[in-house]
Amino acid sequence: MSTPAMAYERATDVDAAVAAVAGRPGARFLAGGTNLVDHLKLGLLDPDLLVDVTRLPLREIEDVPGGGLRIGAGVTNADLAADPRVRASYPVLAEALLAGASGQLRNVATTGGNLLQRTRCPYFQDVTMACGKRDPGAGCSAIGGVTRGHAILGASEHCIATHPSDMAVGLAALDATVETAGPGGGRTLPLTELHRLPGDEPERDTVLEHGELIVAVTLPPPSPTARSAYRKVRDRASYAFALVSVAAAVDVRDGVLHDVRIALGGVAPKPWRAEQAEAVLRGAVPTAARLGEAADAELAAATAQGENAFKIPLARATIVAVLRDLLTEELA
Amino acid sequence: MTDQLTRRAAVGEDRRRADGRLKVLGQARYAFEQLPAGAAYLVPLLAPVARGRITAIDAAAALAVDGVLGVLTHENAPALPEHARPPLRILQSPDITHRGQFVGGVLADTPEAAARAAGLVRVEVDAAAHDTALAWDHPDAYVPDTVNPDYPAVTEDGDVDGALASAAHAVDVTYRTPMHHNHPMEPHTTVVTWSDAGVELHESTQHPHGVRATVAELFGLDPETVRVVAPYVGGGFGGKGQLHAHAVLACMAAQTVPGRPVKLALTRRQLVPNAGHRTPTIQRVRLGAEADGRLVAIEHDVAEHTSRITEFAEQTAVATRMMYAAGARRTRHRLVALDVPAPSWMRAPGETPGMYALESALDELACAAGIDPIELRVRNEPETDPSSGKPFSSRGLVACLREGAERFGWAGRDPEPGVRRDGRWLVGSGVAAATYPVYRQSATARVRAFGGGRFGVTIAAADIGTGAWTVLAQIAADALGVAVEDIELRIGDSALPPASVAGGSSGTTTWGTAIVTAAQKLLAEHDGDPPAGAEVTADAPPNPHADDVAMHAFGAHFAEVRVDSDTGEARVARMLGVFAAGRIVNPRTARSQFMGGMTMGLGMALHEATILDHRHGAIVTPDLAEYHVASHADVPALEVHWIDEEDPYVNPMGSKGIGEIGIVGAAAAIGNAVHHATGRRVRELPITPDKLLGLG
Ligand SMILES: Cc1cc2nc3c(=O)[nH]c(=O)nc-3n(C[C@H](O)[C@H](O)[C@H](O)COP(=O)(O)OP(=O)(O)OC[C@H]3O[C@@H](n4cnc5c(N)ncnc54)[C@H](O)[C@@H]3O)c2cc1C
Ligand code: SF4
Repeated sequence: MSTPAMAYERATDVDAAVAAVAGRPGARFLAGGTNLVDHLKLGLLDPDLLVDVTRLPLREIEDVPGGGLRIGAGVTNADLAADPRVRASYPVLAEALLAGASGQLRNVATTGGNLLQRTRCPYFQDVTMACGKRDPGAGCSAIGGVTRGHAILGASEHCIATHPSDMAVGLAALDATVETAGPGGGRTLPLTELHRLPGDEPERDTVLEHGELIVAVTLPPPSPTARSAYRKVRDRASYAFALVSVAAAVDVRDGVLHDVRIALGGVAPKPWRAEQAEAVLRGAVPTAARLGEAADAELAAATAQGENAFKIPLARATIVAVLRDLLTEELA
Repeated sequence: MTDQLTRRAAVGEDRRRADGRLKVLGQARYAFEQLPAGAAYLVPLLAPVARGRITAIDAAAALAVDGVLGVLTHENAPALPEHARPPLRILQSPDITHRGQFVGGVLADTPEAAARAAGLVRVEVDAAAHDTALAWDHPDAYVPDTVNPDYPAVTEDGDVDGALASAAHAVDVTYRTPMHHNHPMEPHTTVVTWSDAGVELHESTQHPHGVRATVAELFGLDPETVRVVAPYVGGGFGGKGQLHAHAVLACMAAQTVPGRPVKLALTRRQLVPNAGHRTPTIQRVRLGAEADGRLVAIEHDVAEHTSRITEFAEQTAVATRMMYAAGARRTRHRLVALDVPAPSWMRAPGETPGMYALESALDELACAAGIDPIELRVRNEPETDPSSGKPFSSRGLVACLREGAERFGWAGRDPEPGVRRDGRWLVGSGVAAATYPVYRQSATARVRAFGGGRFGVTIAAADIGTGAWTVLAQIAADALGVAVEDIELRIGDSALPPASVAGGSSGTTTWGTAIVTAAQKLLAEHDGDPPAGAEVTADAPPNPHADDVAMHAFGAHFAEVRVDSDTGEARVARMLGVFAAGRIVNPRTARSQFMGGMTMGLGMALHEATILDHRHGAIVTPDLAEYHVASHADVPALEVHWIDEEDPYVNPMGSKGIGEIGIVGAAAAIGNAVHHATGRRVRELPITPDKLLGLG
């Protein structure tokens, strides 16, 4: 038997890239490779074709007529974080990006790849452990095990993994949309609908079809009066995934929270838009008590998985702290 | 008899690393960077359960992969001697004794083929019930005969219970430290060529002669036919002190392809269950003191693990025997043999976990008694070594505490915990003592005159990034009365005269003593002017003062910690260490040893833990994304100082070991600062945010 070759192709146009992957169940897109190549080394997947999408013309950050930014899927995390428009108008995104991974990783990691990176659940990454996300129907080794990093919201009895991205949490709070090209044509969907909850299909992280390529992420026009911030709580000061993270944007007009958007990271299988908390705050006069009520409303549905019980009070404290710091003036 | 080194031209000089340039240029070749022609590549197979028996191995699919040269298993591996250390006796039976243990290996022409084929080997096992969880009251706990390297496991002086009962102040506290891994940057690596003429290994090791002896013994070879080369080693921290099983696997594979080099570098995941680790510890410390803080009783009771197949007993409570004066003292170690990989040496085995507990408990006593923690330590300074009754050759603890207090700005510190705020941060400071013994082992050095005032110095020492290339040349230069540039040093090769392990902070002491001894002899034999070609080979003599004095280095750590009151994240704002470690041979390399130790101590305090899923006996932190060592962003302004200490007893250079003391006590200083900042006493490392929630 000869070693089955894993073919590598460098795509130069979007349609060809989509066709190459869509037509072959064992094919995968390869972007920065910082997640995919690790998975190859760990034996988590065994593709027969890698289609390199980093040479596609998807590396621009363009102004959208009428406001907003269109970020090509191939823009690196480093370039996106450094973009002056992002820094000025979407600080929550720049901060989220810079809170993720390390300088070296951000230099190659891409916007598309970052969104589609897979969970860091240690059982998922160890082929000797049963994992339904890796092998459909195999069960979940994490439940009842080492769950310090696992989800408190949105989990199911089939999977309790968290989505690890920081960037995606920032994007969720910004109401970003995702643009794809697929075998059946393209579509645009809200970022918050890209990832799905595990339910009884933990193997499906997102709603994308096989061969569907993310081509861009679009940010809506920034509100001139909005303030935003990202805070990531982690076990060391850098180069650690979030225990809990909070992205928040507030827009106060006439002393009232005209708009508020909150997204949580490290707590759920997807970037978690905190709609319950937002509902408590939208239209309200911000007070310290209100912030606590908002956090409690969101976390009412939280369920601990043993070791991760601390994430519930931690998430509460972090939501309150981020909002408090964004609303210092109003709360004074 | 070796005389004290009186010339001090090179010793003490701040010199650049002799190997620095080569390393920066990538020209210092590490083991795996050897590129012999025709190499074959080995990928190990790991046991999928913590305990059990292999019932079948099907290698057919693997053997059918193009380029595969063979699959090693217990069914075809060569027999190893019965008396060999059990963790090295791999592939000798179908028994599995820890998860991740080597149960085979695939050898192929390319790494890719080997990796692919390894994934195709089917190992079927009958799993047996396993136990990997250490517990204080574990029914199988036993007291070992001795603890590493050969200390008694139990000591008792005076009436501890009586003294505790009548003490004015008492603390009774239990500390826990998790399993730790050494995680050197360079993974464990073997490149080995087996031929009729002999066996040559490029091994990432702290001990070329140790590897040579072990390989010769395991495979029944004449040691003279085994050569181990290790000029550059990318860190070891004790993890490369003893030979580990990967090298055995590589030698077995190399035997099957005589003359052909076999390369094996462990991945992090393969390394974690196979290259040693520090045991978790549970430590109960009881202290009793008079109203003025003078200790009347010290008890340090330790539970820790070892592997079911081999005993390694970390000497956790040993430093407690000599740190402080107290009439009644008791120490005890208990082991539980579990289905875990064999624990081994990790930077300051014993002192690191033990001084964490002792120095934290002392802080608790200081708080209970309302005495400044520095003053408390000063009041308990013993006149002679409490464990042996011998005088100390030198004991600089108080000097370190005082100098550190001065530099750190300790004076006027409000002892009240949990009251200093800077915005959302709670701020506090802490102190702890450090100590490490002066060990001397045996080594032989050869000094040869080249003429023209130039000398060749050879010894099979290992530089694991510590600076041996640099400081041994400095020592030789002073011993021979020449410039450092006139010394041509060769180390890191078992073809050179035998040297002890780069461990126990004993390298410079041992190898330096051998070099000075040989140099003095050479000069003496030739009236101070040896002609070209004159040569002397000499052993480092045992320390003539060993029976008369107690020899230890000391130090003091100071830490300022900030704890985020929203999230419980603890960050070290500044850290300062002062050490009394005899003469410092090279300030530059010494500073980085102390600093590295302190950084590792910071990691121990706040980040590091190897976590097991006991249901599977599996390590779930098998890589550097999950096993958190301190990142740059975690390491603040870190200051290192030392006091000038003249100690004529320790060795001809007057130096004490500095490789390990930097980690000792560092975690306690940080934990004590966390308490001072928050009022919370976290007694289980690491101090992660979940342990400091709700500070408000
Ligand atoms: C040690 C370490 C620490 C890290 N820490 C953090 C952290 O703290 N926070 C954080 O957010 N991230 C962290 N990361 C993850 C890192 O951000 C991701 O690995 C990276 O963003 C992935 O991007 P990539 O371009 O390299 O993706 P790849 O690895 O190339 O691809 C990832 C996945 O996306 C698919 N894909 C890629 N591009 C597209 C596309 N355009 N359309 C459709 N599918 C696509 C691939 O097929 C693959 O399945 C860390 C990673 C490592 C290794
Ligand atoms: S939590 Fe999800 S990813 Fe982790 S083991 Fe369970 S199924 Fe797999």
